[in-house]
Amino acid sequence: MIRKLFRSHGFLSQVIESSVNPASSEFLDNQSQFLRLRQELLSKIEKVKLGGGHNSTERHKSRGKLIPRDRVNALIDKGSPFLELSQLAAYDMYGEDVPSAGIITGIGRIQDQQCIIVCNDATVKGGTYYPTTVKKHLRAQEIALENGLPCIYIVDSGGANLPRQDEVFPDKEHFGRIFYNQAKLSSAGIPQISIVCGSCTAGGAYVPAMSDENVIVNGNGTIFLGGPPLVKAATGEIVSAEDLGGTTLHCTTSGLTDHFAKNEAHALQLARDIIKNLRSQENKVEEEVEEPLYSIEDLAGIVAVDGKKPFDIREVIARIVDGSRFHEFKKGYGTTLVTGFAKLYGMNIGIVANNGILFSESSLKGSHFIQLCDQRRIPLFFLQNITGFMVGQQYEAEGIAKHGAKMVNAVATSTVPKITLLLGASYGAGNYGMCGRAYGPRFLYMWPSAKISVMGGTQAANVLAEVNANKGKWSKEEENEFKDKIIAKYDKEGSAYYSTARLWDDGVIDPFQTRQILGLSLFATLNKEAEKTSHAVFRM
Amino acid sequence: MALNFITKVLVANRGEIACRVMKTARRLGVSTVAVYSEADRNSLHVSMADHAFYIGKAPSAESYLNKSRIIDIAKSNGVQAIHPGYGFLSENAEFARMCNENGIIFIGPPASAILAMGSKSESKKIMIKAGVPVVPGYHEDSQEVEKLKQEADKIGYPVLIKAVMGGGGKGMKLVNNPNEFYEQLESAKREALKSFGDDRVIMEKYITSPRHIEFQVFADTHGNAVHLFERDCSVQRRHQKVIEEAPSMIDEEKRKDMGDKATQAALAVGYQGAGTVEFIFDEDTQKFYFMEMNTRLQVEHPVTEMITGLDLVEWQFKIASGLPLPKTQSEIKRRGHAVEARIYAENPANSFLPTSGKLLYLQTPKPSDQVRIDTGVVQGDDISVYYDPLIAKLIVWGENRDQALNIMHHSLNDYHVCGLPTNIEFLRTLCQHKNFRNYKFNTNFIPLHQKELLSFPSASNRDLAMASVCLLIKEQAIADETAEKLQRKSSPWYKLHDFRVNYEETRNVSLISDKEHKVAIKPTKSGFDVNVAKHQFNVKGKLIGNNTYELETEKGIETWRVLQNEEDLWVINSEGSVFVLKIKQEEMGEIKAQESSISHVIAPIPGKIIKIIGKEGEEAKENSVLIVIESMKMEHSIKVPRNATIKKVHKKEGDFVKAKEVIVSFE
Repeated sequence: MIRKLFRSHGFLSQVIESSVNPASSEFLDNQSQFLRLRQELLSKIEKVKLGGGHNSTERHKSRGKLIPRDRVNALIDKGSPFLELSQLAAYDMYGEDVPSAGIITGIGRIQDQQCIIVCNDATVKGGTYYPTTVKKHLRAQEIALENGLPCIYIVDSGGANLPRQDEVFPDKEHFGRIFYNQAKLSSAGIPQISIVCGSCTAGGAYVPAMSDENVIVNGNGTIFLGGPPLVKAATGEIVSAEDLGGTTLHCTTSGLTDHFAKNEAHALQLARDIIKNLRSQENKVEEEVEEPLYSIEDLAGIVAVDGKKPFDIREVIARIVDGSRFHEFKKGYGTTLVTGFAKLYGMNIGIVANNGILFSESSLKGSHFIQLCDQRRIPLFFLQNITGFMVGQQYEAEGIAKHGAKMVNAVATSTVPKITLLLGASYGAGNYGMCGRAYGPRFLYMWPSAKISVMGGTQAANVLAEVNANKGKWSKEEENEFKDKIIAKYDKEGSAYYSTARLWDDGVIDPFQTRQILGLSLFATLNKEAEKTSHAVFRM
Repeated sequence: MALNFITKVLVANRGEIACRVMKTARRLGVSTVAVYSEADRNSLHVSMADHAFYIGKAPSAESYLNKSRIIDIAKSNGVQAIHPGYGFLSENAEFARMCNENGIIFIGPPASAILAMGSKSESKKIMIKAGVPVVPGYHEDSQEVEKLKQEADKIGYPVLIKAVMGGGGKGMKLVNNPNEFYEQLESAKREALKSFGDDRVIMEKYITSPRHIEFQVFADTHGNAVHLFERDCSVQRRHQKVIEEAPSMIDEEKRKDMGDKATQAALAVGYQGAGTVEFIFDEDTQKFYFMEMNTRLQVEHPVTEMITGLDLVEWQFKIASGLPLPKTQSEIKRRGHAVEARIYAENPANSFLPTSGKLLYLQTPKPSDQVRIDTGVVQGDDISVYYDPLIAKLIVWGENRDQALNIMHHSLNDYHVCGLPTNIEFLRTLCQHKNFRNYKFNTNFIPLHQKELLSFPSASNRDLAMASVCLLIKEQAIADETAEKLQRKSSPWYKLHDFRVNYEETRNVSLISDKEHKVAIKPTKSGFDVNVAKHQFNVKGKLIGNNTYELETEKGIETWRVLQNEEDLWVINSEGSVFVLKIKQEEMGEIKAQESSISHVIAPIPGKIIKIIGKEGEEAKENSVLIVIESMKMEHSIKVPRNATIKKVHKKEGDFVKAKEVIVSFE
């Protein structure tokens, strides 16, 4: 009822007045640095989009296969967005290029139903599963579960990456979890559909086998527990791949596959037909949408990428939300945290955004606001730019840890969809209170300028130097050398690329696409009604 | 003869002429009865009529030519008169006689006049007797070959051989020199026999620079006859009129002379009602000769109506009701100049062969006092293979010829048809042709200037770019529509077309015209960046309804029309040129069953199957003739595409096929 009320056209918040001066030297300075970072991101994306490169792509095509991106394009509705996730997974991790970890994941609209698509890229190391590949696949399934999205697996993989079997096979969150998840997802009523475009050997055989419904491409698709070489070694039987686990066998004899496709294009069309019969769940939204009043590209000049110069987060909010309208909550209290209501593509959202360091009041304000939104079932957006909670005797004495804990608690126990964007620093407990990865946001994205670590590099260097046993014996140079090493390590490990390579997020995104990506993600969460919370709103 | 005015009329026709007759009937308070065949169940003429009756299957022999069925319907429904329109039964003496016997007024001349004028040789004899000049020729009964040869030599070459019972170009052959004579004679006789069941021929001098000038005449039942001036119908293709205009360029003296002769001709055969006396006018000698008399309302009668301000169908009703001619000769005045263009479903680039199919899109110019459109179809109708492929007649009026032609050209620019090839583009070119504008033409005009008239522009890079943009705009409009239907109007999943994380998606469209063209389209904030063969276009645009788009480029705002019908993409560019492009299969999204084109033989054009050589299970040899189709007046041979065994023959001889229908499949 309340939600309905808030959705009505009559609810118009105040427009944020921007005070940006695009001609100022500060703006221009920020802009050149910001655009350089952005360009760096876009160049990296251009590269990983090519998959395994020219030669392997040509080899792939010569087998009558479509390249993975074309498979996705043919699968989704014409003109549909594709909210691709973790494009830079495995970036700079293995001493060899494994673009996008050899797997494309994302959300697309298929027959007017948002679906998770997991598509192996056989042009990258034969589509084998590296540790990050497994992680990316599992993350996609997690998103499917949390948001109630049907899963479409486009299978073309050599299975586990054998040299790295210890990192992909035995543990809980390893290869086996994929099939475990398929069973769990299916039992939770989330459709599992696979399209076999290539080989599915050994464990890989279970992707189609564990699917509710599947399609196999004649000629290229094969499924078996042991391939011809293994069979020959084990039993001496000599058999062709087609006879062992080809399309005809599985569609007519074994019954392992359901739909026979003449080619990939046909297979993708069959998959679309399958999805047509699924029930669509996305909520109805009929609002007229006001675009933000200000250009998103101003962000380049507003945001200082070094993180030292402050900027008003409202300038960012004004460039993301509908009509730049923002109904601020507790504006004058705990001012280092900005909270308030806005709309994104007509949907009400609550925004929790850092505008400085977290104090006791800002933590209390945050906790209150989070509970309020949870109670009203309004999805929450966290805009992180947080170096941490305030430290010092005065603050400990007033119980900042206790107050911070309230915020962490509110974040952890709220059940409305939460989406987090890291646009600057994300250090220490601030990361927790602002719904970091560990707090289960439905989606978490980073700007290229974002940094994530337990604390800032300089801070860590100072702390480590302070507690070092040898500290007293160091010369000034030795101390600096020690600190520089720590700072360099933190810089490297705190970078957005280091994070995204390891799936600590769902992707580094172009800041200029922030509104669209957050919007798509928000609407993807609408496919599943979250459980209602059972707490009152505490005024803290 | 009826003494009271007709109150209920049956229109034994279809298409535009049925509609046109009913329009006047309605204005005069005459109630209307339509008849329709299987193919015309949902036609405009059916919905226009007060009553409509089904008369049989699509082929005209089983419907519109079914005399007794039509008479039965008339009799059992209190119909007093039958208007036959043109074609079908309009010049059928037997039908006129049957009407008469059954006490129904046949709106047309008496059977005797139809018979007299129906025979070429007979009519010429009557004309010579009445003092009407005729083309030197041979009109005797003797068909002895050597006698014919001697007579042809006497007339002097070139000589035209015509079937005695002929009309509309059938059984008509030109002999340029004595050497060709026997061959052409045989050919003319063969066609005549096939078409009319009578292989007798007549011969005439062939006039090298002839103009076709015809006079509209009317005669009443009281022995009066007048003419309503002339029409110049010289612009013809395959002996069929394309453009007709009134008046012609003859001077007043000639007009009077010819008009007098025309009324004499009508009176000579005891004519009643509307008729047309056709003359050949020799440009070189300024002499005119009687050619034939058409005993019906002509297709091109509206040009006469436009210059005289008279309703010819009203005159027909009055005369048929026994009233005297509404005006005397001196009361009939003319003003200005009128031109009619016949808009046909035909392919000028393919020998003007008729085409058939659905009118996916139909937009006519706005009718006014100066612009008239006579049509029997609306958007969504089919142009079937069974009947004349006339879509409409566009008639314009101007104070003088120049103005009329300018209005015609402008109106043609606003006449848009998609779904099947038409002659609109051809007519536009024709209207602007220098010789036509300068009145320098005769009946050979089209064949003589074929090259200029039939060179149509092919789709330019710009056309391809704009068409592709329209495709994408349409796609977005469909997404918006779906979003609205699903009540997800604000969802970014519908608003953000082709959105990709961290990059911009380029859409590739492959369009095939003469060859395959690749078009790359990148959506921008406000529109599209389009790249075709290294040419860049920046286009903004929106769909403004009925497949019409408003596109904005550096050249300003233009209106485009783009329609997709399966893999065909019909494009009408801002200048009014129509192109048909094919969208390459992969781009369609939907997967078609993969039929190798050579496992089926399809009809290249619509028509009637004359012959299928080969049976199921038989071997067919590459390049041997497999099927013969007759379309309009031509036979088309379809050859075997590859050595193969015939798996199935889907049609039988005598069947009508639509273009692209499968006739034979191979193993």
